[in-house]
Amino acid sequence: MTMLPHVYNGQALPLAKVPELTMSEFRTAILERIADGRRISSLFGMPHGDRIALLAVLANDRQGVLELCRTQVRDAYPALTPETPQAHWFEREIAEQWGIVPEGHPWLKPIRFHPCYRSDSDAWGRDRTRAIEPCVTDYFRVEGEEIHEVAVGPVHAGIIEPGHFRFQCHGENVLHLEIELGYQHRGIERAILGGPDRRTAHYVETLAGDTSIGHATAFALAIEALGETTATPRAQALRAVALEIERLANHTGDLGALANDVGFLPTASFCGRLRGDFLNTTALLCGNRFGRNLVRPGGVRFDLTPRIADELLKRIETTFADTENAVNLLWQTPSVMARFEGTGTISCHDAAAMGLVGPAARASGVNLDVRNDLPWGAYRAHHVPTVSLPAGDVCARAYVRWFEIRNSVRFVAEEIAALPAGPIQQEPAPPAPDHLAVALVEGWRGEICHVAITGDGGRLRHYKVTDPSFHNWFGLAMALRGQQISDFPLCNKSFNLSYCGHDL
Amino acid sequence: MTSHLNWGLPLAAWLLSPVILGIINRVKAFFGGRKGPSLWQPYYDLFKLLRKGSVYSRSTSGILRAAPAVILACMAVCTAILPWGAFRAPVSFVGDVVLLAYLLGLARFATVLAALDTGSSFEGMGASREVQYAALAEPSFFLGMLVLVLHSGFQGLSGILSGVSANTGHGGNLLLLLVAGSWFVLLLTENSRIPIDDPNTHLELTMIHEVMVLDYSGPDLAYILYAAALKLWIFSTLIVNLIFPLHSLPWWSQIPTFLLGMALVAVLVGVVESILARLRLLQIPKILIGSATLSLIALIVKWMG
Repeated sequence: MTMLPHVYNGQALPLAKVPELTMSEFRTAILERIADGRRISSLFGMPHGDRIALLAVLANDRQGVLELCRTQVRDAYPALTPETPQAHWFEREIAEQWGIVPEGHPWLKPIRFHPCYRSDSDAWGRDRTRAIEPCVTDYFRVEGEEIHEVAVGPVHAGIIEPGHFRFQCHGENVLHLEIELGYQHRGIERAILGGPDRRTAHYVETLAGDTSIGHATAFALAIEALGETTATPRAQALRAVALEIERLANHTGDLGALANDVGFLPTASFCGRLRGDFLNTTALLCGNRFGRNLVRPGGVRFDLTPRIADELLKRIETTFADTENAVNLLWQTPSVMARFEGTGTISCHDAAAMGLVGPAARASGVNLDVRNDLPWGAYRAHHVPTVSLPAGDVCARAYVRWFEIRNSVRFVAEEIAALPAGPIQQEPAPPAPDHLAVALVEGWRGEICHVAITGDGGRLRHYKVTDPSFHNWFGLAMALRGQQISDFPLCNKSFNLSYCGHDL
Repeated sequence: MTSHLNWGLPLAAWLLSPVILGIINRVKAFFGGRKGPSLWQPYYDLFKLLRKGSVYSRSTSGILRAAPAVILACMAVCTAILPWGAFRAPVSFVGDVVLLAYLLGLARFATVLAALDTGSSFEGMGASREVQYAALAEPSFFLGMLVLVLHSGFQGLSGILSGVSANTGHGGNLLLLLVAGSWFVLLLTENSRIPIDDPNTHLELTMIHEVMVLDYSGPDLAYILYAAALKLWIFSTLIVNLIFPLHSLPWWSQIPTFLLGMALVAVLVGVVESILARLRLLQIPKILIGSATLSLIALIVKWMG
C-alpha cells in the first residue's frame, strides 16, 4: 500500500507535505484504503494553476488518524464511484464546482445547481448565459403502465426546508426514490475565502442552523490548528458541554417528531417542549438557544460561573427525567414499535459502502463515532461510549438516539463536575501560510469535516465543509427501496438530515 | 310522538355535531399534557372558513366544485333517518337502512371523484386508499345490521334500533356488544381517525381521507369539515343506540342519556387516538377484516340460536 502522511484530527501540515500522486496512484491509494475499511471523509477539488487539484481526506478510524493525498486533473478523470459508492456525491460535487468530468460515473448530475466555478468550463456543456434552475434535470424513471410517479416538494406541507423528492411507485410500493436538493445553496464556502475575519465565524454558524456549535467547533479547531495553538482546557470542556447539549436538544426533538409521524401524541407533545427546554439550557450558557457566538477560534466567549453551572445541571436533570418518561412511552407502546421495527432497513454492509455517518450509520451496526475514533479536545480524555445497534431500521435509529441522550447527560454532568480552571479564551496565533488543516467533529447528525487551506499570508485560500447530511442523503434514498410510500415521512424523520447543511 | 317534533333530532345533529370533534381534541390535548382548544373551536373554524373565498385550481372542472354540496347534503339527509332511543326518526320506512348506506356511499363517491378531478398524484393515491378500505369496511356495517334485523325484524331503522334495546336481557346483549365493537372500528375507519388514519397529520404521503380534500378552501372546506362532523355524529348515534338501554329509561332522561353517550363515544375516540400509534397502511385491511369477523360471529350465533 502506498504510504500517505498521517495527521491527527485538528492538526495542520504544510500543503507541500501532502503527496502529489499521479491519477492512477491516487485512485489506487483511495480504493486500497477503502477496501481496507477506511472511508472518505472529504474529497474535493481546488484550483491549482490552470488545473484542478483533487484532494482526498481518508479517515482511518481504527488507528485514529487521517490520511491525505492529492492529484492534478485538467478536464476529466476515471471516476471512483463505480468501484466505491462512497464517492458518488463527492464526484458529482467536483463535476459541478470545477467542470471536471468523472468518466464512467453512473449518475452524473449537478447536486446544488449553481454555475461552474471555472468560467471556461462546464461538466455538462450548459449555456453560461442561461440561469440554472434548481432541480430542473433528468430523473431516473421506471417505465410501465402500472408505474406512477409522485413528486414531493420543494414546497412541503410542514414547516421544513425545501427539497425535491421523486418516487417511482408501483401502487403503494416505492421502487426508487431520487432526492434533489440545492434550493438552499448560499455559497458559504466561497464567501469565507480570504478570511478568517470578523464575519467568518458567523457564516460558519449558519452552515446548518441546528448544528451551530458543531460547525463552529470544527471551524475553530481548523483555525487553531493552522496557528498551531489549541484552546485552553476550560474552553475545550465548555465546547464539549455545549456540543452535547446541542445533541440532547436535537435527539429529543427527533424522537418527538418520530412519535408525531406515527400519530402517537403523548411523546410528540412532550418531546417538543423538552427540546425547547434543552435549547434554553444552551441559552443559559451563552444567551442564545442555538449556541450562536459561543465557540470562537481561541476558546469560547462565555464562561460557566458556579451559579450558572448549578442551575444548568439542575435543569438538565429535570428535563432528562421528563424526557425519560416521554421516550419510554415509545418503547412500551406496541403500536409504535410495530411501526418502527423493520421500516427503512439499511444493512451494515450497505451503510459502510455508502459511507454513512452518525446515528444513521451506528443504527446499522457501523461502529463509527468521531468522539471515540478521532477524538479532539475534551473527548481525548473523557470518552463517550459509542452506541451501535445492528437492526438498521427506524427503530434502531430512534433507539441509538435515546442511548446517546443518556450518555450525553452523564457526560455533561461529569464534565461540569470536573471543569478545569483557567481562562476561557486566548488569542489564536495567525494561521500559517500554505498549510492545510483538517478538523472533524461528531455533531448530533454525525461527522462534520472542515478542511482549511491557507495561501500566501495565511489567508484562507480554500475551505471545504462536509456536513454529515452530505454523506447520508443517499442513505435515505436507499432506505426507501421496496418500502411503502406512506412510510417515507417516518424514514425521513429517522434520518432527519439537513438541507442547508448539504446545500451550503 | 308527533312527527314534526321529531325533526328536532336532525336539528340537534346539525347544531351539536361539531362539539364531538371539540371533545375529541380536548381529550387528545389532555393526554399530550396540553390544555387544548376550546370545545367550540370547530364552530369558530367553520365560521372563519365560511367568511373566506375559495380558490380553485385551473386544472379542475365543475366536479370539484359540486362535490362539497353533494357530500354535505348526503350527510344532512342521513341524520334524518337516525332515531334516538324511543324518539323515532322523522324519516322512517322499511329498508331505510339501505338508503343510509348508499347515501354514505354517494358522499364517498363524490369525494373520490373530486379528488381524481384535481389530477394530483397525492389525491389519486388518497382516493385509491379510501376506496380500498371502504370496500373492506362495508361488510362490518351490513353484517352488523343483519344481526339487528334478525333481532328486531325487518323494518325501518327506528324500529330496528328500538327493538334492540327493548330486547335486553334475552341473551342478546353479548351479540350487541360484538356488533358495537365491530361498528366502533367502522367509526374510526369511516371518520379517518387513528389508528386507521390521522386527521391531524400534515404528511400528504401518509393520509387517506385528508389528502383527498387538500384542494378545498374557504366555504367548500367548511362544507367538507361540517359534513365530516355530521358523519361522526351518524356513526356515534348508531353505537349509542346500540349500547345504551334508552328504551328502559323514563322518557325525560332519554335525551340527557343519549347526549352523555355521544360524549362518551367522543372521549373513547380521543383516548384511542392518544394511546395508539397509527397502523402501517398494510395492516389496515387486517383490522377491517377483524372487525367484519366480529359482526359475522354475531350473525352466526344469532342464526344458530
